Amino acid sequence: MRDISTLIIGAGQAGLAMSHCLSQRSVEHVLLERGQVANSWSTERWDSLRLLTPNWQSRLPGFAYTGDQPDGYRNMAQTVDFLASYAQQITAPVETDTRVLSVEPMANGYMVRTDRGDWTCRSVVIATGACNIANVPSCAADLPAGVTSMTPLEYRNPAQLSDGNVLVVGASATGVQLASELRRSGRQVTLATGEHVRAPRTYRGRDIKWWMDQTGILDMTLAEVDDIKRARGVPSLQLIGSPTKETISLNALQAIGVQIAGRVMGMTETDVQFSGSLPNVCSLADLKMNRLLKQIDEWIETHASNEMIEPSYRLRNTIVPKDPLLRLNLKQAGIETVIWATGFKPDYSWLNVPVLTPRGELRHDGGVVDAPGMYVLGLPFLRRRKSSLIDGVGDDARDLATHLSAYLNGTLAAAA
Amino acid sequence: MTQTQATPEQLNGVNVAALLGAREALENAPEAAEFTWKATSEWQNGAHTRMEMNGFFGLGEEHARNKTFAIDSDHPEVFAATDVAPTPVEIVLAGLAGCLTAGIASVAENRGIKLRSVKASLEGDMNLYGILGVDSNVRNGFRAVRVRYDIDADASEEDIAALVAQSQKRSAVFDIITNPTNVFVTVA
Repeated sequence: MRDISTLIIGAGQAGLAMSHCLSQRSVEHVLLERGQVANSWSTERWDSLRLLTPNWQSRLPGFAYTGDQPDGYRNMAQTVDFLASYAQQITAPVETDTRVLSVEPMANGYMVRTDRGDWTCRSVVIATGACNIANVPSCAADLPAGVTSMTPLEYRNPAQLSDGNVLVVGASATGVQLASELRRSGRQVTLATGEHVRAPRTYRGRDIKWWMDQTGILDMTLAEVDDIKRARGVPSLQLIGSPTKETISLNALQAIGVQIAGRVMGMTETDVQFSGSLPNVCSLADLKMNRLLKQIDEWIETHASNEMIEPSYRLRNTIVPKDPLLRLNLKQAGIETVIWATGFKPDYSWLNVPVLTPRGELRHDGGVVDAPGMYVLGLPFLRRRKSSLIDGVGDDARDLATHLSAYLNGTLAAAA
Repeated sequence: MTQTQATPEQLNGVNVAALLGAREALENAPEAAEFTWKATSEWQNGAHTRMEMNGFFGLGEEHARNKTFAIDSDHPEVFAATDVAPTPVEIVLAGLAGCLTAGIASVAENRGIKLRSVKASLEGDMNLYGILGVDSNVRNGFRAVRVRYDIDADASEEDIAALVAQSQKRSAVFDIITNPTNVFVTVA
């Protein structure tokens, strides 16, 4: 049994950023990592994936991109290399290949059991990520025999699938990217979409993420939004990090032959049923995108009116099929695979501390978990809109490291 | 959004504070959010039926109103019926209009937008081959429903479009029409 002041569970960007911030405050700590640094990036992503954010937009505490392609998008190998370099530079004390089996409360701290020995500690930082488990709706259980059900965590490339056609459910970043790749592999693809967030890759000559950074949209804090639950539930933008800076959208997908349909609402013995709300979810996404572009326009007007910037424009509204699909007979449509790109959730099955809501979410206030000395980071809108980005976790780590060290020093009240 | 948002009086006669308060209260009392809506009906003659609505269940108890509401339905003369009341499918369209329009008023109130007039025209396309049993590939119900809003308000075109979109997103009847529902019909 080893004892330490603080244990960080997970050595991805969140755990590493926290490690650096704790080292700066001389808080003795160790990171427990089930695999190697950046494990999820290296083992749970599909082959063609590149980050949605440009290379420059990965500023971590004490580390940043220094390569010669600031506007490019890292593939997964490059992402893993980047985080491994960070771990090396900050000499993060990572115990690799160490899986946490359970965390239990004990007097004045926690007991953390791993498959390589047990620890006691006063403080725990949960940095295991927001995407451990793929959400799959219950109707997936009713898929007819002969249709393979797959999640994005299992998907690697089109060659892995049978030759048949594909239904992709969900049109956030994951769903649109997989629909595009599978369509280009020669399969007929149907893409079912509920509410989604549309955005162009570039606008007025710059990456959309650059504008969101410049305008302060990504820096928005919890105090600046009126509905936190809604802000935390906003799906990922329909973006792809491609070397050609391609804009991926329902229009672009339809142009290459992807058929779009409404949200999946149910399953009969033979058919998938789609919602008739497709026109409205497209309209909501167009309106929301235009509000974002307007916000950028207004920022330019105020802050950069003298600069030479492309004039304002709007993208064509989403083209909704004249008679959107309401039912699809899977067999008749030759669909052999259904991919559930319907979001992810964290896995807290190892956490034996009463801090979960009935819905299985952590009870926390901006990352300060509802248990003494326990923290979480890396979740969507934890403290800021950018909280779940590599570029955004650093500010959260700084804030929470301040809180954590005050907790350990017994000066929390003074710090607050 | 606009300056009027700060003023306490209601712009469109919707008590938004009460609605937001109810939302907060119900989040902490999930069982109170379970409602059951009710209607009864009695056949009159031919295609003519009378429906009545009064009680409903919600907030953990049965509610009775002071007044019982009645709606009649019938079929038009071209269906060889007495045409004393709208057809049930027209009542469905009316329900959609009522629900979406109430939503527009609420969302506008919440966003500080004063509505001067909100008018909708609705159309539902139906092929009679379905209900007549001529072609089993034709469904009985609407093939498509169109709702056209004509709104006069202190707001930009985009803000008005956003009201209408948000109202659909939160509408019960829009959901009932666009998504499948299990229906259980029994005989006493």
